[in-house]
Amino acid sequence: MEPTNDRDPNYFHQVVDCQWACPAHTDVPGYIRLIAQGRFDDAYMLNRESNVFPGVLGRTCDRPCEPACRRGRVDGSPVAICRLKRVASDLKGDISERLPEIPVEKNGKRVACIGAGPSALTVANDLMPLGYEVVMFEQFEKPGGLMRSNIPEFRLPATVLDDETSIILDMGVDIRYNTPITSLRSLLDENFDAIFVGVGAPRAKGLELPGRHDEGDTNIHSGIDWLESVAFGHVSQIGKRVLIIGVGNTAMDCCRSSRRLGGTEIKVMARRPREYFKASPWELEDAEEEGVEIIVNHAPKRFVIEAGKLVGMEFDVLEWDEGAKHSTVLDTVTVPCDDVILAIGQENAFPWIERDLGLQFGEWDMPIVDETTFQSTLPGVFFGGDAAFGPKNIIWAVAHGHQAALSIHAHCEGRSLEERPKAGMSITSTKMGMNEWSYHNDYNPSTRQKMNHIELSKRFESLELEVELGFSAEQAAREVQRCLNCDIQTTFKAPLCIECDACIDICPVQCLTITDNGEESDLRDRLSAPSVVATQPLYVSSPLPQTGRVMVKDENVCVHCGLCAERCPTAAWDMEEFELQIPYAKDSGILTIPVRRPKTAIEVGS
Amino acid sequence: MTSIAKPLIPLAPLPKNELGLTIRDYEGAISTLCAGCGHDSVTAAITHAYWELSMPPHTIAKLSGIGCSSKTPTYFVRGAHGFNSAHGRMVTIATGANAANRDLSYIGISGDGDSLSIGLGHLAHAIRRNVNMVYIIENNGVYGLTKGQFSASADIGSRLKKGDPNTMAPIDPILLGLSMGATFLARGFSGDKAQLVPILKAAAAHKGLALIDVISPCVTFNDHEGSTKSYRFMREHEVKEIETDFVPIRKEIHKSLEENDATEITMHDGSVVRFRSVPSGYDPYDRQSVEEYIRERRSRGEIATGLLYVDETAPDVHELNNTTNQPLNTVAYSKLCPGARELAEMQRHFR
Repeated sequence: MEPTNDRDPNYFHQVVDCQWACPAHTDVPGYIRLIAQGRFDDAYMLNRESNVFPGVLGRTCDRPCEPACRRGRVDGSPVAICRLKRVASDLKGDISERLPEIPVEKNGKRVACIGAGPSALTVANDLMPLGYEVVMFEQFEKPGGLMRSNIPEFRLPATVLDDETSIILDMGVDIRYNTPITSLRSLLDENFDAIFVGVGAPRAKGLELPGRHDEGDTNIHSGIDWLESVAFGHVSQIGKRVLIIGVGNTAMDCCRSSRRLGGTEIKVMARRPREYFKASPWELEDAEEEGVEIIVNHAPKRFVIEAGKLVGMEFDVLEWDEGAKHSTVLDTVTVPCDDVILAIGQENAFPWIERDLGLQFGEWDMPIVDETTFQSTLPGVFFGGDAAFGPKNIIWAVAHGHQAALSIHAHCEGRSLEERPKAGMSITSTKMGMNEWSYHNDYNPSTRQKMNHIELSKRFESLELEVELGFSAEQAAREVQRCLNCDIQTTFKAPLCIECDACIDICPVQCLTITDNGEESDLRDRLSAPSVVATQPLYVSSPLPQTGRVMVKDENVCVHCGLCAERCPTAAWDMEEFELQIPYAKDSGILTIPVRRPKTAIEVGS
Repeated sequence: MTSIAKPLIPLAPLPKNELGLTIRDYEGAISTLCAGCGHDSVTAAITHAYWELSMPPHTIAKLSGIGCSSKTPTYFVRGAHGFNSAHGRMVTIATGANAANRDLSYIGISGDGDSLSIGLGHLAHAIRRNVNMVYIIENNGVYGLTKGQFSASADIGSRLKKGDPNTMAPIDPILLGLSMGATFLARGFSGDKAQLVPILKAAAAHKGLALIDVISPCVTFNDHEGSTKSYRFMREHEVKEIETDFVPIRKEIHKSLEENDATEITMHDGSVVRFRSVPSGYDPYDRQSVEEYIRERRSRGEIATGLLYVDETAPDVHELNNTTNQPLNTVAYSKLCPGARELAEMQRHFR
């Protein structure tokens, strides 16, 4: 193999599995170390740079980082990254001084954002400090988009959402509440320099079964609309017996909300077996803890209406083959109920976009949006969040927002959207002295800390009572030590190596091998510890000076304990802190970021 | 030396040997030697060898004297017996232990200072007695613990880190062993575990004293240009013409056609050492041939490594001294020390 080019930011980035998996590429190990040091403001600001809503995401994120976490490969449970993010947000002080300054003199460019959800707010967050005038049109009376309308308050308190949306709105965004956009054409006529569409995926998927539109359909609700009505106080009660159709995260929010609005006998009806559920495992757990029953292998057949009133629902009881591809009907049963909530998914709808504007639509009546620039086929009109490529989640919406802001800035300055600034990196030795590092390198065998919940007996008193209490100080202190500091990279300088084998002998996971070079598959066969994840890279050195062999490190199994560097007599191995320099709108025009962006974390006096 | 102990990380199930133990069960305390010390690699090789041999840790006794080398028994097989003796006296304790308990497997770790200076007299006689043990000399040509003065194994012309050359003739433990009647002689290099591990296994199976001279560079005081015991010098001057395999007793031996010519030695426990390649005219059973070979290589400035000489037929310490079969710690106290009356009776016989 060719020697690894470890000056390419992508190489070390992919070693930081959590950061690589995060759509917004949040510097997870970086902020976990700051929490460990009790520097909550710094941790919050580092988070905010990439994911904008640490308080919201610390409670509601889909956590793509956690399945990727190296710790999960080591002892089966990833670091509780999401919960730690919340710790930083809960314990931070006043950070208003540290927010970017908003120029008094504007740059003369006007940008319209349709919707005030996570993607549009991110666009505003990135553009306001550059002098843009941002006008935001929101159909409801409050900002937040689906973060407000679809996530119940017992999971995300309004104060947390208000806090983080107002940080952005207070930058001077011209927010217009209760202003749904009904025509793109008339908005285009207002001559904005750019338009960003962040309207989400607002339409619930229907379930056209007998009885759906009969008398009694007032007790059949569509999930996201119902959650929205609950969020804005239009609905405050539900029947005692409630059936939820579908088993995604929306279904979980529906069943747990029902439990708080008078429901006592709540069943979530799933067509397929449990391993095929879309809901996050932790949300399923929380629902079941609250007494919600989850019933598998039941396919809805019809609504049972008697005397103009919904009395139950009929289901086929299914048996699935292996892989749950085909099913056979075993039985048909009727489950009595007072209300049914349909939570089988949501989709996009753009009835307000005229089809003759040059904005082309493709498959499934979705606008054609460039996956890199987020521009539609109508120059100057950009999409992001669920509106761009269908329903995803908050953290994807934020990632889209950052990219769209970059494009809008380039568009307004008349630059090419395709020439995007590349990510840079800084890498600095953490060596402080003899066997002394600026990070805590010892492996901590603690197990993953469990989130504390409010007592079950008190939980249903009100819809607003937050269920998760957050980590205690002790729990946070233990959990931060579980992080393996994947961003502290093992870097190797081949010319210094004397092939004494010290690193090979001391490595606790046998991830190092000195061997003759070869093709990748051949090398993988000859490693000290068997290569089990072929997608994890091999770090291959240039030929070693004494024998011409190469040093090979399997990145999959390294736990970044630094023992190789401690045992190395010539400092060929070093532990260096890697920081990915992600370009945002403010960095436009520079193709690579040449210098380390002053990390908010190392500011004096914080 | 590291700031933290080697952590036990439950990454993947580690392979187990016949006793159900993993290699981590054959490790010891964390090393406090200099980073990059050759001795730590020897430790790793010993750990590997004992694990692969499935040796029960409690049947091993590790002994040492004084010096950097003599710290190393702490760093492997934490479940073994151990004795850290006075300078140069490691082998005297091993001799006594042999006499008292022949059931244990003895491994002594010494250095060029401990064995070739202060302990040379003891080493010579232990070789003559053919004490049943593995005797490792971690040989780096300097006294590392006292900051790098030349030891008795330093070659003429080899230079100290400060530049002074050595002018006195070196003692070569292998040539010494040949002349003293040693029955197992091998030379290894700490930077080559692939060669060292099979030698260690064969040494553990040998009946009698198995002397292994391991060139183990002192990374702090003797790894510079001008040193003849540095990593680089060894890599440039090592000659590995003699290659051996160790075939443990429990594995069936399959001989392929071309291997029929290979010379094999059956060790006293039934395992086999097979010489895969030897230079022409070389005979690992013939002292004279071995001595000529080593001297000839040495005159060319080369260092011959490998399992150089084996004699599995010579009597060992137990046969020579008629030691007890039964370990003394299992003999009843009343028999070991029969009392004053028995002593008086015995003395009466001598009058």
